[in-house]
Amino acid sequence: SAMESVDGAVRTLPSSGRLSRGLLFGRTHGRIGLSSRSRLLQPAPLSQKNADHQRTAFLLRKQWTLYSVTPLYRFSNAHLKDYTRLLSAFVAAEKQKGLAVEVGVELDIKVAFSSLPDLRGSDQDQAAILVQLSSRSKASKKNSEEKLIWSGWFCSVSGEDFSENVPEGFTCLPLFLTNGAESYTAIVGSWFQKTFDCYFRRLAISPLNLSWMAAMWTGCKVDKTVPALELVFSVPHLPQPLDISYAIHPEDAKALWDTVQKTPGEVTQEEVDVFMDCLYSHFHRHFKIHLSAAKLVKVSTAIASAHCDGIIKFLQSQYLTGVLMLLTELAISQIQ
Amino acid sequence: HIATSLPLPSERDHLRPRIDMIVFIIDIQSKYSLTTIEASLAYVDARFFLGKVCFLVTGVGRMNCCSIDMNAIWKLREDYCSPVLFGELESEEIRVATAQRLLRMLQICAGHVPGVSALSFSTLMRISAYD
Repeated sequence: SAMESVDGAVRTLPSSGRLSRGLLFGRTHGRIGLSSRSRLLQPAPLSQKNADHQRTAFLLRKQWTLYSVTPLYRFSNAHLKDYTRLLSAFVAAEKQKGLAVEVGVELDIKVAFSSLPDLRGSDQDQAAILVQLSSRSKASKKNSEEKLIWSGWFCSVSGEDFSENVPEGFTCLPLFLTNGAESYTAIVGSWFQKTFDCYFRRLAISPLNLSWMAAMWTGCKVDKTVPALELVFSVPHLPQPLDISYAIHPEDAKALWDTVQKTPGEVTQEEVDVFMDCLYSHFHRHFKIHLSAAKLVKVSTAIASAHCDGIIKFLQSQYLTGVLMLLTELAISQIQ
Repeated sequence: HIATSLPLPSERDHLRPRIDMIVFIIDIQSKYSLTTIEASLAYVDARFFLGKVCFLVTGVGRMNCCSIDMNAIWKLREDYCSPVLFGELESEEIRVATAQRLLRMLQICAGHVPGVSALSFSTLMRISAYD
Protein backbone atom coordinates (compact mmCIF):
# COMPACT_ATOMS: atom_id res chain seq x y z
CA SER A 1 0.00 0.00 0.00
CA ALA A 2 1.06 3.59 -0.37
CA MET A 3 1.25 4.18 3.35
CA GLU A 4 3.77 2.82 5.79
CA SER A 5 2.68 1.37 9.12
CA VAL A 6 3.52 2.90 12.45
CA ASP A 7 6.15 0.52 13.83
CA GLY A 8 9.74 1.51 13.38
CA ALA A 9 12.50 -1.06 13.20
CA VAL A 10 14.31 -2.21 16.33
CA ARG A 11 17.82 -0.84 16.30
CA THR A 12 21.09 -1.55 18.00
CA LEU A 13 22.61 1.58 19.42
CA PRO A 14 26.27 2.11 20.22
CA SER A 15 27.21 2.30 23.88
CA SER A 16 28.68 5.78 23.74
CA GLY A 17 25.17 7.13 23.91
CA ARG A 18 24.94 8.44 20.38
CA LEU A 19 21.53 8.13 18.84
CA SER A 20 20.77 8.31 15.18
CA ARG A 21 17.12 9.29 15.34
CA GLY A 22 16.30 12.96 15.44
CA LEU A 23 12.89 12.35 16.96
CA LEU A 24 14.44 11.64 20.36
CA PHE A 25 15.61 15.18 20.67
CA GLY A 26 12.57 16.96 19.41
CA ARG A 27 13.74 20.28 18.17
CA THR A 28 17.35 20.16 19.27
CA HIS A 29 18.41 19.76 15.66
CA GLY A 30 20.65 16.79 16.26
CA ARG A 31 22.40 18.14 19.32
CA ILE A 32 21.78 16.04 22.38
CA GLY A 33 20.14 17.39 25.48
CA LEU A 34 20.68 21.08 24.83
CA SER A 35 17.12 22.29 24.59
CA SER A 36 14.96 23.22 27.55
CA ARG A 37 11.95 21.74 25.84
CA SER A 38 9.32 24.39 25.95
CA ARG A 39 6.50 25.03 23.55
CA LEU A 40 4.12 27.84 22.77
CA LEU A 41 0.40 27.18 22.99
CA GLN A 42 -0.60 29.18 19.95
CA PRO A 43 1.16 30.66 16.94
CA ALA A 44 1.72 34.44 16.99
CA PRO A 45 -1.56 36.31 17.49
CA LEU A 46 -1.17 38.18 14.18
CA SER A 47 -2.17 35.10 12.25
CA GLN A 48 -5.35 34.75 14.26
CA LYS A 49 -6.64 38.19 13.27
CA ASN A 50 -8.26 37.22 10.03
CA ALA A 51 -9.14 33.67 10.91
CA ASP A 52 -12.59 32.90 9.68
CA HIS A 53 -13.87 30.20 11.94
CA GLN A 54 -16.85 29.52 9.75
CA ARG A 55 -14.71 28.36 6.84
CA THR A 56 -12.85 25.84 8.94
CA ALA A 57 -15.83 24.70 11.03
CA PHE A 58 -16.23 21.64 8.80
CA LEU A 59 -12.91 20.34 10.15
CA LEU A 60 -14.23 20.08 13.68
CA ARG A 61 -15.64 16.99 15.37
CA LYS A 62 -14.41 14.66 12.61
CA GLN A 63 -11.86 11.95 13.16
CA TRP A 64 -8.67 12.69 11.19
CA THR A 65 -5.90 10.18 10.56
CA LEU A 66 -2.46 11.80 10.64
CA TYR A 67 0.48 11.39 8.30
CA SER A 68 3.80 13.11 7.88
CA VAL A 69 4.66 14.06 4.29
CA THR A 70 8.05 14.90 2.87
CA PRO A 71 8.23 18.13 0.82
CA LEU A 72 6.38 18.14 -2.49
CA TYR A 73 8.49 18.68 -5.59
CA ARG A 74 7.17 21.13 -8.18
CA PHE A 75 3.80 21.61 -6.53
CA SER A 76 2.03 24.87 -7.25
CA ASN A 77 -1.10 26.50 -5.90
CA ALA A 78 -1.73 27.91 -9.36
CA HIS A 79 -2.28 24.47 -10.87
CA LEU A 80 -5.05 23.18 -8.63
CA LYS A 81 -7.42 22.86 -11.58
CA ASP A 82 -4.91 20.70 -13.45
CA TYR A 83 -4.37 18.55 -10.38
CA THR A 84 -8.14 18.09 -10.09
CA ARG A 85 -8.26 16.82 -13.64
CA LEU A 86 -5.24 14.54 -13.25
CA LEU A 87 -6.34 13.06 -9.96
CA SER A 88 -9.86 12.45 -11.31
CA ALA A 89 -8.39 10.50 -14.19
CA PHE A 90 -6.18 8.55 -11.81
CA VAL A 91 -9.07 7.68 -9.50
CA ALA A 92 -11.19 6.57 -12.46
CA ALA A 93 -8.32 4.41 -13.71
CA GLU A 94 -7.87 2.82 -10.30
CA LYS A 95 -11.57 2.10 -10.19
CA GLN A 96 -11.30 0.33 -13.54
CA LYS A 97 -8.60 -1.81 -12.04
CA GLY A 98 -11.10 -2.74 -9.36
CA LEU A 99 -9.27 -1.07 -6.50
CA ALA A 100 -12.11 1.18 -5.39
CA VAL A 101 -14.12 0.51 -2.26
CA GLU A 102 -17.54 -0.51 -3.37
CA VAL A 103 -18.15 -3.40 -5.69
CA GLY A 104 -21.24 -3.50 -7.85
CA VAL A 105 -22.27 0.07 -7.14
CA GLU A 106 -21.74 2.46 -9.99
CA LEU A 107 -20.31 5.63 -8.56
CA ASP A 108 -19.08 8.73 -10.25
CA ILE A 109 -16.26 10.13 -8.21
CA LYS A 110 -15.68 13.85 -8.36
CA VAL A 111 -12.40 15.34 -7.20
CA ALA A 112 -12.00 18.86 -5.83
CA PHE A 113 -8.83 20.69 -4.86
CA SER A 114 -9.06 23.88 -2.86
CA SER A 115 -6.85 26.14 -0.83
CA LEU A 116 -7.39 27.02 2.85
CA PRO A 117 -5.32 30.16 3.36
CA ASP A 118 -6.45 30.63 6.99
CA LEU A 119 -4.82 27.43 8.14
CA ARG A 120 -1.28 28.56 8.69
CA GLY A 121 0.82 30.06 11.44
CA SER A 122 2.49 32.87 9.53
CA ASP A 123 2.92 34.19 6.01
CA GLN A 124 5.94 31.97 5.63
CA ASP A 125 3.78 28.88 5.88
CA GLN A 126 2.20 27.49 2.73
CA ALA A 127 -1.58 27.77 2.63
CA ALA A 128 -3.28 24.48 3.43
CA ILE A 129 -4.52 22.41 0.49
CA LEU A 130 -7.76 20.47 0.72
CA VAL A 131 -8.65 17.50 -1.50
CA GLN A 132 -12.17 16.17 -1.46
CA LEU A 133 -13.75 13.18 -3.15
CA SER A 134 -17.50 13.22 -3.64
CA SER A 135 -19.68 10.57 -5.12
CA ARG A 136 -22.80 10.75 -7.14
CA SER A 137 -24.79 7.71 -8.10
CA LYS A 138 -24.69 7.19 -11.88
CA ALA A 139 -28.25 5.95 -11.91
CA SER A 140 -29.98 9.24 -11.07
CA LYS A 141 -27.58 11.77 -12.48
CA LYS A 142 -29.78 14.82 -12.70
CA ASN A 143 -31.02 15.62 -9.23
CA SER A 144 -28.92 13.40 -7.06
CA GLU A 145 -26.83 15.07 -4.42
CA GLU A 146 -23.14 14.76 -4.22
CA LYS A 147 -22.03 12.98 -1.14
CA LEU A 148 -18.66 13.76 0.36
CA ILE A 149 -16.90 10.41 0.77
CA TRP A 150 -13.32 11.35 1.49
CA SER A 151 -11.35 14.42 2.59
CA GLY A 152 -7.65 14.98 2.92
CA TRP A 153 -5.74 18.15 3.64
CA PHE A 154 -2.11 19.15 3.74
CA CYS A 155 -0.98 21.89 6.05
CA SER A 156 1.91 23.55 7.81
CA VAL A 157 1.56 25.76 10.88
CA SER A 158 4.73 27.51 12.04
CA GLY A 159 6.95 25.19 10.08
CA GLU A 160 9.35 27.93 8.96
CA ASP A 161 12.44 26.34 10.52
CA PHE A 162 11.90 23.33 8.32
CA SER A 163 10.78 25.00 5.10
CA GLU A 164 13.65 27.50 5.22
CA ASN A 165 16.18 24.71 4.92
CA VAL A 166 14.60 22.92 2.01
CA PRO A 167 16.02 23.28 -1.54
CA GLU A 168 14.38 25.24 -4.41
CA GLY A 169 11.30 23.78 -5.98
CA PHE A 170 9.98 22.04 -2.89
CA THR A 171 6.76 22.94 -1.10
CA CYS A 172 6.59 22.11 2.60
CA LEU A 173 3.27 20.89 3.89
CA PRO A 174 4.48 18.26 6.33
CA LEU A 175 1.14 17.40 7.95
CA PHE A 176 -1.51 15.39 6.10
CA LEU A 177 -4.91 14.61 7.63
CA THR A 178 -7.51 12.25 6.16
CA ASN A 179 -11.10 11.32 6.85
CA GLY A 180 -12.78 8.54 4.89
CA ALA A 181 -12.03 5.06 3.59
CA GLU A 182 -8.45 3.88 3.77
CA SER A 183 -8.62 2.69 0.16
CA TYR A 184 -9.20 6.25 -1.09
CA THR A 185 -6.36 7.46 1.13
CA ALA A 186 -4.12 4.92 -0.58
CA ILE A 187 -5.23 6.03 -4.05
CA VAL A 188 -4.81 9.75 -3.39
CA GLY A 189 -1.55 9.05 -1.57
CA SER A 190 -0.05 7.11 -4.46
CA TRP A 191 -1.02 9.83 -6.91
CA PHE A 192 0.74 12.44 -4.78
CA GLN A 193 3.78 10.20 -4.38
CA LYS A 194 4.03 9.64 -8.12
CA THR A 195 3.35 13.24 -9.06
CA PHE A 196 5.36 15.13 -6.47
CA ASP A 197 7.96 12.55 -5.42
CA CYS A 198 6.97 12.73 -1.78
CA TYR A 199 6.63 10.07 0.90
CA PHE A 200 3.84 9.54 3.41
CA ARG A 201 4.15 7.90 6.79
CA ARG A 202 1.54 7.41 9.48
CA LEU A 203 2.27 9.89 12.25
CA ALA A 204 2.51 8.11 15.59
CA ILE A 205 2.18 10.13 18.78
CA SER A 206 4.34 8.95 21.66
CA PRO A 207 3.01 8.81 25.25
CA LEU A 208 5.45 11.62 26.01
CA ASN A 209 3.84 13.88 23.41
CA LEU A 210 0.36 12.83 24.49
CA SER A 211 1.20 14.05 28.02
CA TRP A 212 2.21 17.37 26.51
CA MET A 213 -1.17 17.54 24.82
CA ALA A 214 -3.00 16.71 28.04
CA ALA A 215 -1.18 19.48 29.90
CA MET A 216 -1.26 22.10 27.12
CA TRP A 217 -4.90 21.65 26.23
CA THR A 218 -6.08 21.55 29.85
CA GLY A 219 -4.64 25.03 30.16
CA CYS A 220 -6.74 26.45 27.33
CA LYS A 221 -9.64 28.67 28.31
CA VAL A 222 -12.97 27.55 26.95
CA ASP A 223 -16.20 29.47 27.41
CA LYS A 224 -18.79 26.75 27.43
CA THR A 225 -19.11 23.81 29.79
CA VAL A 226 -16.14 21.62 29.38
CA PRO A 227 -16.01 17.82 29.31
CA ALA A 228 -13.74 15.89 31.65
CA LEU A 229 -10.05 15.44 30.90
CA GLU A 230 -9.77 11.78 29.99
CA LEU A 231 -6.60 9.74 29.80
CA VAL A 232 -6.61 6.17 28.48
CA PHE A 233 -3.76 3.82 29.33
CA SER A 234 -2.91 0.44 27.93
CA VAL A 235 -1.27 -1.98 30.34
CA PRO A 236 1.61 -3.92 28.77
CA HIS A 237 2.83 -7.46 29.35
CA LEU A 238 -0.53 -8.96 30.21
CA PRO A 239 -2.03 -12.07 28.61
CA GLN A 240 -5.34 -10.21 28.12
CA PRO A 241 -5.12 -6.60 26.95
CA LEU A 242 -6.25 -4.17 29.64
CA ASP A 243 -7.17 -0.52 29.20
CA ILE A 244 -7.52 1.92 32.06
CA SER A 245 -9.55 5.07 31.55
CA TYR A 246 -8.89 7.91 33.98
CA ALA A 247 -11.34 10.81 33.88
CA ILE A 248 -10.58 13.99 35.79
CA HIS A 249 -13.11 16.68 36.51
CA PRO A 250 -12.26 19.55 34.16
CA GLU A 251 -12.23 22.20 36.90
CA ASP A 252 -9.90 20.12 39.04
CA ALA A 253 -7.61 19.55 36.09
CA LYS A 254 -7.55 23.25 35.21
CA ALA A 255 -7.00 24.21 38.87
CA LEU A 256 -4.06 21.80 39.06
CA TRP A 257 -2.58 23.10 35.84
CA ASP A 258 -2.95 26.70 36.97
CA THR A 259 -0.80 25.99 40.03
CA VAL A 260 1.84 24.35 37.85
CA GLN A 261 2.16 26.64 34.87
CA LYS A 262 4.36 29.69 35.34
CA THR A 263 4.48 31.59 32.06
CA PRO A 264 1.11 32.05 30.35
CA GLY A 265 1.10 30.87 26.76
CA GLU A 266 4.21 28.75 27.24
CA VAL A 267 4.64 25.21 28.55
CA THR A 268 7.84 23.46 29.68
CA GLN A 269 8.76 19.79 30.09
CA GLU A 270 9.09 20.28 33.85
CA GLU A 271 5.55 21.62 34.08
CA VAL A 272 4.19 18.71 32.06
CA ASP A 273 6.06 16.26 34.34
CA VAL A 274 4.71 17.85 37.53
CA PHE A 275 1.16 17.91 36.15
CA MET A 276 1.25 14.25 35.11
CA ASP A 277 3.00 13.15 38.34
CA CYS A 278 0.20 14.75 40.37
CA LEU A 279 -2.41 12.89 38.35
CA TYR A 280 -0.48 9.62 38.69
CA SER A 281 -0.04 10.04 42.48
CA HIS A 282 -3.71 10.77 42.93
CA PHE A 283 -4.63 7.63 41.03
CA HIS A 284 -2.12 5.56 42.95
CA ARG A 285 -3.46 6.78 46.27
CA HIS A 286 -6.90 5.50 45.36
CA PHE A 287 -6.19 2.40 43.32
CA LYS A 288 -2.62 1.38 44.18
CA ILE A 289 -1.81 1.25 40.47
CA HIS A 290 1.21 3.03 38.98
CA LEU A 291 -0.15 4.55 35.79
CA SER A 292 3.36 5.74 35.01
CA ALA A 293 4.24 2.12 34.26
CA ALA A 294 1.43 1.85 31.71
CA LYS A 295 1.37 3.30 28.23
CA LEU A 296 -0.67 6.46 27.68
CA VAL A 297 -2.55 5.85 24.44
CA LYS A 298 -5.29 8.46 24.27
CA VAL A 299 -5.96 11.94 25.60
CA SER A 300 -9.34 13.72 25.40
CA THR A 301 -9.81 17.34 26.36
CA ALA A 302 -12.24 20.12 25.50
CA ILE A 303 -9.87 21.39 22.80
CA ALA A 304 -9.14 18.14 21.00
CA SER A 305 -8.63 14.44 21.47
CA ALA A 306 -5.61 12.51 20.25
CA HIS A 307 -4.72 8.82 19.97
CA CYS A 308 -1.21 7.37 19.83
CA ASP A 309 -1.89 5.70 16.46
CA GLY A 310 -2.03 9.19 14.97
CA ILE A 311 -5.71 10.06 15.12
CA ILE A 312 -6.99 13.48 16.09
CA LYS A 313 -10.32 15.22 16.57
CA PHE A 314 -10.51 19.01 16.74
CA LEU A 315 -13.23 20.33 19.01
CA GLN A 316 -12.63 24.09 19.27
CA SER A 317 -12.05 26.32 16.26
CA GLN A 318 -10.26 29.04 18.24
CA TYR A 319 -7.48 26.59 19.16
CA LEU A 320 -7.34 24.83 15.81
CA THR A 321 -4.10 26.48 14.69
CA GLY A 322 -2.53 25.90 18.09
CA VAL A 323 -3.15 22.16 17.83
CA LEU A 324 -1.99 22.15 14.20
CA MET A 325 1.21 23.89 15.25
CA LEU A 326 2.03 21.04 17.63
CA LEU A 327 1.08 18.39 15.06
CA THR A 328 3.19 20.14 12.41
CA GLU A 329 6.15 19.98 14.79
CA LEU A 330 5.62 16.24 15.34
CA ALA A 331 5.29 15.63 11.60
CA ILE A 332 8.53 17.51 10.92
CA SER A 333 10.33 15.51 13.64
CA GLN A 334 9.17 12.30 12.03
CA ILE A 335 10.45 13.39 8.62
CA GLN A 336 13.88 14.46 9.80
CA HIS B 1 21.80 -10.17 41.54
CA ILE B 2 18.62 -8.40 40.40
CA ALA B 3 16.49 -6.02 42.44
CA THR B 4 13.43 -3.99 41.52
CA SER B 5 14.50 -1.11 43.71
CA LEU B 6 16.98 -0.04 46.38
CA PRO B 7 17.81 -0.30 49.21
CA LEU B 8 18.39 -4.04 49.26
CA PRO B 9 16.80 -5.82 52.22
CA SER B 10 19.20 -5.56 55.14
CA GLU B 11 18.42 -9.06 56.46
CA ARG B 12 20.59 -10.61 53.78
CA ASP B 13 23.52 -8.21 54.10
CA HIS B 14 25.81 -10.75 55.71
CA LEU B 15 25.12 -13.31 52.98
CA ARG B 16 25.71 -10.94 50.11
CA PRO B 17 29.03 -10.95 48.25
CA ARG B 18 30.86 -7.71 47.54
CA ILE B 19 29.07 -5.51 45.02
CA ASP B 20 31.42 -4.46 42.22
CA MET B 21 29.07 -2.74 39.81
CA ILE B 22 25.49 -1.50 39.65
CA VAL B 23 23.54 -1.33 36.39
CA PHE B 24 20.34 0.66 36.52
CA ILE B 25 17.93 -0.43 33.81
CA ILE B 26 15.53 2.19 32.50
CA ASP B 27 12.67 1.25 30.21
CA ILE B 28 12.00 4.26 28.03
CA GLN B 29 8.39 3.13 27.71
CA SER B 30 7.81 3.39 31.44
CA LYS B 31 8.03 6.65 33.33
CA TYR B 32 7.70 4.55 36.48
CA SER B 33 11.03 2.84 35.81
CA LEU B 34 12.72 6.24 35.74
CA THR B 35 11.14 7.45 38.99
CA THR B 36 12.01 4.15 40.72
CA ILE B 37 15.64 4.51 39.67
CA GLU B 38 15.80 8.15 40.70
CA ALA B 39 14.56 7.15 44.14
CA SER B 40 16.95 4.19 44.37
CA LEU B 41 20.02 6.28 43.48
CA ALA B 42 19.75 7.98 46.86
CA TYR B 43 20.67 4.69 48.52
CA VAL B 44 23.91 4.19 46.64
CA ASP B 45 27.18 4.98 48.37
CA ALA B 46 29.04 7.83 46.65
CA ARG B 47 32.10 5.66 45.97
CA PHE B 48 30.16 3.62 43.44
CA PHE B 49 29.90 6.66 41.20
CA LEU B 50 33.60 6.44 40.41
CA GLY B 51 32.98 4.17 37.47
CA LYS B 52 31.03 1.38 39.14
CA VAL B 53 27.58 2.56 38.09
CA CYS B 54 26.05 2.66 34.66
CA PHE B 55 22.61 3.19 33.21
CA LEU B 56 21.17 0.82 30.65
CA VAL B 57 18.30 2.23 28.62
CA THR B 58 16.03 -0.17 26.82
CA GLY B 59 13.04 0.29 24.54
CA VAL B 60 14.58 3.04 22.41
CA GLY B 61 14.07 1.11 19.19
CA ARG B 62 10.41 1.99 19.19
CA MET B 63 10.46 5.75 19.64
CA ASN B 64 6.70 5.92 19.18
CA CYS B 65 6.28 4.35 22.60
CA CYS B 66 8.57 6.76 24.39
CA SER B 67 7.24 7.88 27.78
CA ILE B 68 10.42 9.50 29.03
CA ASP B 69 12.02 12.72 27.84
CA MET B 70 15.61 11.98 26.80
CA ASN B 71 16.80 15.09 28.61
CA ALA B 72 15.96 13.30 31.86
CA ILE B 73 18.37 10.50 30.90
CA TRP B 74 21.12 12.94 30.00
CA LYS B 75 20.57 14.68 33.32
CA LEU B 76 21.17 11.38 35.15
CA ARG B 77 24.39 10.93 33.22
CA GLU B 78 25.53 14.43 34.14
CA ASP B 79 24.42 14.37 37.77
CA TYR B 80 25.88 10.95 38.54
CA CYS B 81 28.91 10.99 36.22
CA SER B 82 28.03 7.56 34.93
CA PRO B 83 27.78 6.28 31.37
CA VAL B 84 24.53 5.50 29.62
CA LEU B 85 24.30 2.38 27.48
CA PHE B 86 21.50 1.50 25.12
CA GLY B 87 20.26 -1.96 24.30
CA GLU B 88 17.08 -3.50 22.98
CA LEU B 89 16.79 -6.30 25.49
CA GLU B 90 13.90 -7.85 23.59
CA SER B 91 16.23 -8.96 20.84
CA GLU B 92 18.27 -12.01 21.79
CA GLU B 93 21.35 -10.92 19.85
CA ILE B 94 21.40 -7.54 21.48
CA ARG B 95 20.72 -9.06 24.87
CA VAL B 96 23.76 -11.30 24.49
CA ALA B 97 25.95 -8.47 23.18
CA THR B 98 24.87 -6.19 26.02
CA ALA B 99 25.51 -8.91 28.58
CA GLN B 100 29.01 -9.44 27.19
CA ARG B 101 29.69 -5.72 27.35
CA LEU B 102 28.47 -5.52 30.93
CA LEU B 103 30.51 -8.55 31.87
CA ARG B 104 33.61 -6.90 30.51
CA MET B 105 32.85 -3.76 32.51
CA LEU B 106 32.29 -5.90 35.58
CA GLN B 107 35.67 -7.57 35.18
CA ILE B 108 37.27 -4.16 35.18
CA CYS B 109 35.22 -2.95 38.17
CA ALA B 110 36.17 -6.06 40.13
CA GLY B 111 39.82 -5.40 39.41
CA HIS B 112 40.37 -8.50 37.29
CA VAL B 113 41.87 -6.64 34.37
CA PRO B 114 45.41 -5.55 35.14
CA GLY B 115 46.22 -1.95 34.32
CA VAL B 116 42.62 -0.84 33.84
CA SER B 117 40.54 0.55 36.68
CA ALA B 118 36.88 1.52 36.87
CA LEU B 119 37.97 5.16 36.86
CA SER B 120 38.77 4.88 33.17
CA PHE B 121 35.05 4.63 32.43
CA SER B 122 34.93 8.35 32.86
CA THR B 123 36.38 8.58 29.36
CA LEU B 124 33.03 7.28 28.11
CA MET B 125 31.55 10.42 29.59
CA ARG B 126 33.40 12.81 27.37
CA ILE B 127 31.94 15.05 24.69
CA SER B 128 32.27 12.34 22.06
CA ALA B 129 28.56 11.86 22.58
CA TYR B 130 27.89 15.32 21.23
CA ASP B 131 27.77 15.75 17.44
